[in-house]
Amino acid sequence: MNPDRREFLGWGAAAAAGAALAPGFRLIELAQARSPQEAASKLQRWGLLIDITRCGECDACVTACHEENGVTGHGRPETDAQWIRKVSLRDKRTGYAQTLPLMCQHCEHPPCVDVCPTGASFKRDDGIVLVDKHTCIGCRYCVLACPYGARSFVHEATSGQKPDVPRGKGTVESCTLCVHRVDRGDTPACVEACNKDGGKAMAFGDLNDRDSAIHKRLRAEPSSQIRADLALNTGVRYQGL
Amino acid sequence: MASIQYREIEGRSGAYLALLGVLGALILAGLGATWYMEHNGHHVTGMSNRIVWGMPHVFAIFLIVAASGVLNVASIASVFGRELYKPLARLSGLLAVTLLAGGLAVLVLDLGRPERLIVAMTHYNFKSIFAWNIFLYTGFFAIVALYLWSMFERRMNGYTGRAGLLAFVWRLVLTTGTGSIFGFLVAREPYNSALLAPLFIIMSFSFGLAIFVLVLMAACRWTGRPLGDVVLRRLRNLLGVFVAAVLYFVAIQHLTNLYSARQHDVERFFLLDGGIYTALFWLGQVLVGGVLPLALLFGSASRRTLAAAAVAVIVGGLAQLYVLIIGGQAYPQAMFPEKDVASSFFDGVVASYTPSLPEVALGVGGVALALALTAVALKVLPFLPQSLADGQPRSA
Repeated sequence: MNPDRREFLGWGAAAAAGAALAPGFRLIELAQARSPQEAASKLQRWGLLIDITRCGECDACVTACHEENGVTGHGRPETDAQWIRKVSLRDKRTGYAQTLPLMCQHCEHPPCVDVCPTGASFKRDDGIVLVDKHTCIGCRYCVLACPYGARSFVHEATSGQKPDVPRGKGTVESCTLCVHRVDRGDTPACVEACNKDGGKAMAFGDLNDRDSAIHKRLRAEPSSQIRADLALNTGVRYQGL
Repeated sequence: MASIQYREIEGRSGAYLALLGVLGALILAGLGATWYMEHNGHHVTGMSNRIVWGMPHVFAIFLIVAASGVLNVASIASVFGRELYKPLARLSGLLAVTLLAGGLAVLVLDLGRPERLIVAMTHYNFKSIFAWNIFLYTGFFAIVALYLWSMFERRMNGYTGRAGLLAFVWRLVLTTGTGSIFGFLVAREPYNSALLAPLFIIMSFSFGLAIFVLVLMAACRWTGRPLGDVVLRRLRNLLGVFVAAVLYFVAIQHLTNLYSARQHDVERFFLLDGGIYTALFWLGQVLVGGVLPLALLFGSASRRTLAAAAVAVIVGGLAQLYVLIIGGQAYPQAMFPEKDVASSFFDGVVASYTPSLPEVALGVGGVALALALTAVALKVLPFLPQSLADGQPRSA
């Protein structure tokens, strides 16, 4: 058998195996995804791990988030909503500069949920913190209570809304961890964009699942929470901070 | 025993109608401002994603705090048994209700979705201080109404003491709730202090009494009812004590912070280089709201200085709430110690805020609503004694 032919057969066998096994893997994936009827479960705690040593001067995550969620501005930076933003840090003494994406930290003990008078701010069993657009009265107390400045008040009429992402003038909103994608078994738009066009700094996964990549990294590598002193147990963790 | 004679005000004079006309116009302006804000969205105000509570909240919280404080005059009569204050109790209860109504109207009309008030009345998160406050405010209306009924209805007079005690305790809890709106906010260095609850209580004593003094003097003067020096001297001394107590609590609040290195930046902001907030603190809150009224109250015995002191307390009180509410939000949230922070969302910088006309119109509309309700109630029911002249027979 000449080498070309052997190589061709080798590749062919690999392709055939791939074609045969892929649907099986896809099935496993589908089996693990929640059905739309199924309630979020406490067995999971969705979270992010962001390695800011890999985070550069790009804003792929921000663009992807606002595109995915239909968050459009009106050219008024003080009142336009921002679900995720890039924050630049510079050490006051050494001048060491860093940048990182900041969004809702999906706390285990979210102050926004504590203060909300109607319960519109709530935390799903799987740890995702959301605003119920039907019961938010627009008091903005949660915006005041959030330690991360993660929430925005919708200051004017919205347009170009996405079917999965309801928004409304006079209510408060913030990062949903792309709950509509997560429920489909996908990763949040920011993570996808960072891994495609950015510095591959962001990882998404189940903080409760010992076999998940995010859990393994959190077990093996140092990480931190922003305002850990408040003991909110954030779902978003940072490395290199 | 002789009893106090109360009588409705006549309320037919041109001046009375003019007063109602002016207040009505201000209420309409407030409603117009609400329509404008709700129609366009809050971007037409000075408020932003960094300053989410603005001028409406300064007025609303001032009115709510003053509402609980103005009830003190009645409490002094029925809880602490000071007969001298008894003829003033009905007006005190009335103002408690009307000021609270004015404050709540402003708060509700500023909501992003005011039409969802029904949601706030049917969905409760009992961990929220706001949710507690909904019960505290509605309960306050009910209890003060009962209290007033016990004063008006002769057969119920025997229950005034008990109703007064309940109202007094309730109002202390209520103002604790208002102060805790800020006191329980862990995320913001300028707030997050248990001291805010007692500070708000003592502020309520001072603001409420200042409003009471002005309304009483105006009502007696405009209806030609005698108002004796003895009553006014008591109220003058009481206001002086309250103003001094507010200054004391403010001093303790800042001294505590100054002692802690963690809070040095916050203190530097408010006391030294916070621009408008520093200016409002020293000139508005401390000088106009504290030092000036003390000088006026204890430096002279004239009615004019008492009225001027009360006005100064109100102006200083508004300045104090502006510094606390808006300055507290403008001060950047500390997330990254020892780092200079910058972002497109105004992290790390003092947030800018310019009060807008609709916000002020809404706030003033709330004040006008409280005063208009008071003026109408004085005409409808006998809240005011016919005479508060010295040596009048005290209540049976």
